[in-house]
Amino acid sequence: MHLLVCGGTGCRASASDSIVESLKQELENKGLSDEVQVIMTGCFGFCEKGPIVKVLPDNTFYVEVKHEDAVEIVDEHVIKGRQVKRLLYQDPEKKQSISDSKHMDFYKKQIRIALRNCGFIDPENVDEYIGRDGYMALGKCINEMTPQDVIKEIKDSGLRGRGGGGFPTGLKWEIASKNNADQKYVVCNADEGDPGAFMDRSILEGDPHAVLEAMAICGYATNASKGLIYIRAEYPLAIKRLKIAIDQAREYGLLGKNIFGSDFEFDVELRYGAGAFVCGEETALIHSMEGLRGEPTIKPPYPAEKGYLGKPTNVNNVETFANIPVIINKGANWFNKIGTEKSKGTKVFALAGKINNVGLIEVPMGTTLREVIFEIGGGIKDGKKFKAVQTGGPSGGCLTEKHLDTPIDFDNLIAAGSMMGSGGMIVMDEDDCMVSVAKFYLDFTVEESCGKCSPCRIGNKRLYELLDQITQGKATMDDLQRLRNMCEVIKDTSLCGLGQTSPNPILSTLDNFWDEYVAHIKDHKCPAGQCKDLMKYVVIEENCVGCTACVRVCPVGAISGEKKQPHYIDPSNCIKCGACIERCKFDAIIVK
Amino acid sequence: MAKIKTLADLKKMREDLQSKVDLREKADSPESYVQIKVGMATSGIASGAKEVMDFLIEALEKRNIEAVVSQTGDMGYCFAEPTIEVQKPGEEPIVFGYVDIKKADEIIEKYIKRGELVDGIIPQNYQVIDDKDNKKA
Repeated sequence: MHLLVCGGTGCRASASDSIVESLKQELENKGLSDEVQVIMTGCFGFCEKGPIVKVLPDNTFYVEVKHEDAVEIVDEHVIKGRQVKRLLYQDPEKKQSISDSKHMDFYKKQIRIALRNCGFIDPENVDEYIGRDGYMALGKCINEMTPQDVIKEIKDSGLRGRGGGGFPTGLKWEIASKNNADQKYVVCNADEGDPGAFMDRSILEGDPHAVLEAMAICGYATNASKGLIYIRAEYPLAIKRLKIAIDQAREYGLLGKNIFGSDFEFDVELRYGAGAFVCGEETALIHSMEGLRGEPTIKPPYPAEKGYLGKPTNVNNVETFANIPVIINKGANWFNKIGTEKSKGTKVFALAGKINNVGLIEVPMGTTLREVIFEIGGGIKDGKKFKAVQTGGPSGGCLTEKHLDTPIDFDNLIAAGSMMGSGGMIVMDEDDCMVSVAKFYLDFTVEESCGKCSPCRIGNKRLYELLDQITQGKATMDDLQRLRNMCEVIKDTSLCGLGQTSPNPILSTLDNFWDEYVAHIKDHKCPAGQCKDLMKYVVIEENCVGCTACVRVCPVGAISGEKKQPHYIDPSNCIKCGACIERCKFDAIIVK
Repeated sequence: MAKIKTLADLKKMREDLQSKVDLREKADSPESYVQIKVGMATSGIASGAKEVMDFLIEALEKRNIEAVVSQTGDMGYCFAEPTIEVQKPGEEPIVFGYVDIKKADEIIEKYIKRGELVDGIIPQNYQVIDDKDNKKA
């Protein structure tokens, strides 16, 4: 028998360590130490009801356990085999206690569709994919469905593009299928560029065949015989596994001519990108594949009319493709029951930043940010206070406390001033300065702007400079108005999605953290204590014993003072490196 | 490798592959294999999954434990990399996090040999869609 005690950060904070001790002690008292083991586990993801104790093999799940409950668990459950009813989880709706975690709603919060095989199969072995219904959907399409049927199925499913825009996938396929040409293309956009996002990489590394199968289905539906995956060269492992997968699919005849004995032929090749953010924009992506500069062009014409080499081209994101085989196998009506009214299915998120359970999750559309961050994500690191979550990368915005209960879907996030984006979620705590966060994203945009249109090339640079002035305490309140005006102009006049969305991190932080901007400007203070230029190192005279340790450690000679006399830090020379604070044994130096 | 020419070919192949897997899962005899999957996505490899996998293969062979060690993608628990999933014959798979070589050794000696769990288990907190449910429905 085993007693599993949650050792996640949340449960540790509520003293799960002492539960382990008490259980062990109690087992020893009863002479059961040899038969029953107490084990500390990772986070059960149910931190709200922690600490959690789970009993194996019968899977009983105890919540909110205290160390004094150890006696009862050992006496009743371990010795007499009776569950301790009062420690079972009470279902708030059905008003009954549930003893087995498999029946708890909480464990239905994550549903893996796009990630169904990630972490289950060997991505370099096509047989394992086939063993989990791989290529069945392609076979079903070719043998039992017309291209129109396939498109209708995808349309009915309500699937929307997972790359960020949320354009209905079925409609995109329909447009591409209606444009006639001697050659058409299917392109998979694997140019994942948002800072902190790694959903697509994980899918390609964990389940490459799913993407190949879906591209072939798309080829069948739109009458295209060539597929291209545009992937950044910075993803060597994903590239290696895709190459292996393509070879295996060709060997089995699942790519190539006469697939499943039909006239349909389809093959896939890889194209490498050099890691330019703008190449995630579909027209820039296509130009890059053609060997031209990775610069966007005005739409229309859309790629569905004139895409790669001037031919009709359908571009979808990795995660979008990963959903396709499941929709075909299980049907549109299965898929469109998951999610919200206008956003169907699930979304994969990469949780990063100041969150305990950094990782990949997949939740149905309509899950709230609170559930994602505080339950699945295990809450904020080191018990700090939640401040904001950044979604949508450099095109998105920051959502705050008041948005925590908003159900996540395409439209709600836009209404809240951010966007879904490709699925990066960066969680921030009280120590993060929101002006600096906006500055970070603008720095990224300035670097990644292709320079073709002036609003983006020049405008973003000016935005960055203004933010820089604010973080140095050199801006005025008029600058804030100027900042906002310029944001609006850049959004309205930029050529492609990059410039049209790059001011979003500023606009959303202006809306949600206005006071923080004002504090930088009027009080010359950074409330989060992040902006170096607004910090001042000062000596507290009462504490300073004049030991001169700080004088010796200061690299720029900014500290002066006589031995055994209080010292002084010259703010004009100080570079705020913090060396003096570290050295001082008397807490005599503080940052103001 | 033979080509798959029809949907019937594919279905037959899938049945074969599934029954192989089922055999492994259902078998209860000590001769049958222990299955270990090592999460080998970029995040896993960066935190040392490759060394752990090499160690597992070598150590299991040396200690005469019949096991299949295979790689897999990202299990999603990036905070606890490297992660491995161990399935003993006839038992539910268990995921262990923070597995370095020392931990891998402990898992072999305690869990695989003696059935004792070790610290660092990652409880599964999600559902995976299962196509088999659909066929019944």
